[in-house]
Amino acid sequence: MDNQIIKLRSLTKCYGSFRAVNELDLTINKGEIFGLLGPNGAGKTTTILMMMGLTEPTYGTAHVCGFNATKDPISVKRHVGYMPDSVGFYDNMTALENLMYIGELNGIPLSEVEGRALDAMRTVGLVGDVVHKKAAAYSRGMKQRLGLAEVLIKQPKVIILDEPTLGIDPSGVREFLSLIFQLSREKGLTVLLSSHHLYQVQQVCDRVGIFVKGELLVEGNLNTLSDRVFAEKSYEVQVTLQNEVDLPWIDEQEILQWESVQKASVEGHVIEISSSKDVTPDIVRFFVEKGYDVTGVQKKEYGLEEIYQKYFESNLMENISQ
Amino acid sequence: MKAIMDSFETHSSNIAGIQPHPFWVMVRKEIAGHIRSWRFIVLLLLIVLTFWGATSVAMSNIREVVSKASDADDLFLYLKILTTTEGTLPPFHVFLNFLGPLLGISLGFDAINSEQQNGTLTRIMAQPVYRDNLLLSKFVSSLILVGALLITLVLLMIGGGIIITGVLIEAEEVLRILSFTIICMVYVGFWLWLSILLSICFKQASTSALTAIGIWLFFTVFYQIIINLVAKAFAPGANELSPIEILHYNGLILNLLRLAPSQLYTDATTTLLMPSVRSLGPVTMEQMAGAIPSPLPFKESLMIVWPQVSGLIAATVMCFALSYYLFMRREIRS
Repeated sequence: MDNQIIKLRSLTKCYGSFRAVNELDLTINKGEIFGLLGPNGAGKTTTILMMMGLTEPTYGTAHVCGFNATKDPISVKRHVGYMPDSVGFYDNMTALENLMYIGELNGIPLSEVEGRALDAMRTVGLVGDVVHKKAAAYSRGMKQRLGLAEVLIKQPKVIILDEPTLGIDPSGVREFLSLIFQLSREKGLTVLLSSHHLYQVQQVCDRVGIFVKGELLVEGNLNTLSDRVFAEKSYEVQVTLQNEVDLPWIDEQEILQWESVQKASVEGHVIEISSSKDVTPDIVRFFVEKGYDVTGVQKKEYGLEEIYQKYFESNLMENISQ
Repeated sequence: MKAIMDSFETHSSNIAGIQPHPFWVMVRKEIAGHIRSWRFIVLLLLIVLTFWGATSVAMSNIREVVSKASDADDLFLYLKILTTTEGTLPPFHVFLNFLGPLLGISLGFDAINSEQQNGTLTRIMAQPVYRDNLLLSKFVSSLILVGALLITLVLLMIGGGIIITGVLIEAEEVLRILSFTIICMVYVGFWLWLSILLSICFKQASTSALTAIGIWLFFTVFYQIIINLVAKAFAPGANELSPIEILHYNGLILNLLRLAPSQLYTDATTTLLMPSVRSLGPVTMEQMAGAIPSPLPFKESLMIVWPQVSGLIAATVMCFALSYYLFMRREIRS
């Protein structure tokens, strides 16, 4: 398929006996925003380095834009913009000079390079005097923006961002991510971003993959992920009551006898009921009929946080038990 | 400084529209970075002061030296300016013997690892440029600077000499001085590659600088001492040896000493700047018989130093090959 712009086939990287990336198969389609999610040391950066041809896989192949990243890294680099997790610039040059240098390395003719650099900086919101400031005077957030401008100046087909939100403040993160989202939609760019901040990834990604200890555990959009992960307890309803419930809860046995209900737990004002089907209306009716004063009913939906937590917890447990 | 930068900029605007090769873009950026750096200004001052000191001492003694010269054939005024000394200050080429390594090391010791520390290496390597272009651009840019510096100094010396003495320079002197400059560049180039190699090996710039200085000190100070000690310990007493054997031992020690790049440089420059030097090893009476006591022609001097020059170039190429091997397949991580 032409649509697949990144194809990884049983990509593996070993450092000695340690497998940083293990038999990774991943396909990313054109125009997609893919979030690679995982804890520190999961092998995200190593995977990205292999895609850029900055390190060699032990075995397996990485095809980006139709080029083999190991054998033909130059062609890959011509079409892919990469922003590393810690962007650094030449401190003795101004931001514009830094950007023009990268532009020239990409073979942009000298007559055009300044205009294109200024364009790229405008796109990421760097305008006015800051353009001619030394890169050393830039704040972390501005450096990140400059890094994105540098990625854009070569007019790439694919953008790979390694931990793009690392070390910027929350409002900066939101702005940055919406900028990435907007760019991807406007220019039809494929974006691969790695992060360990789930909320941020949740905001912009079409698809995410959870990557733990060198293996891609699950991938898909948020709905398919939560379906797959929480197959055994897909719905959870939280009922908040005005009065505290006495323990043991007298009606617990009755509600547990319902076919779909799996578990009910009581804690102060709150009763939590898990079920395999969506039985929220029945539960509300039940509580009303029993004469409880219901102040709130909340159907819990599984976000990335829970999914992530689940994997990381199990990962943590394994680590401890080892 | 500003003028140099401006000339760069006007030059680049002249060729606007033409797309320069990424390699030359890198070289230009490196040179610009060096010229603006304090490090280069300090080095520049150091070299210029040394040159000025050595030449002014030579200039003040030149009358005496020239009047002593027995034969008109023997008189190479400009070579004398470069080599004459009264004992307080060593001549310029001896100075360069230890300033050259300093120049090479200080321009190259943080070539790769500082980029890695700053996080710029990953960014550059993510651009469509070949990795060896980065290494070569570091080397070529520093060598262009060193070359420009040395050639400027030598031309200044010749020009000043013509004004002060009024004696015109001979073609042979020009050739000798030019090849002296080239050998200096090769010598600095060797230390430059060595320090670039160390900057690839070590992650910290200070470690690579220290190691490079360590190697330099070892070769300038300790190597000769060690060789002499070893030779003394192993060589049998001079009385038990036939002259042929003594000659053989001497040759062996000299060859061991020549493993040090500074020795090669000294041999090469002395021969080129002093036309009367006809051999670098011991010479027997038989060999001397029939020799005409006159300066050697340029070609013959060059023939004598050819092995030394090849040795220096070979050592440089070896450092290049090693750094190429280490850098090409390495994982670039910030």
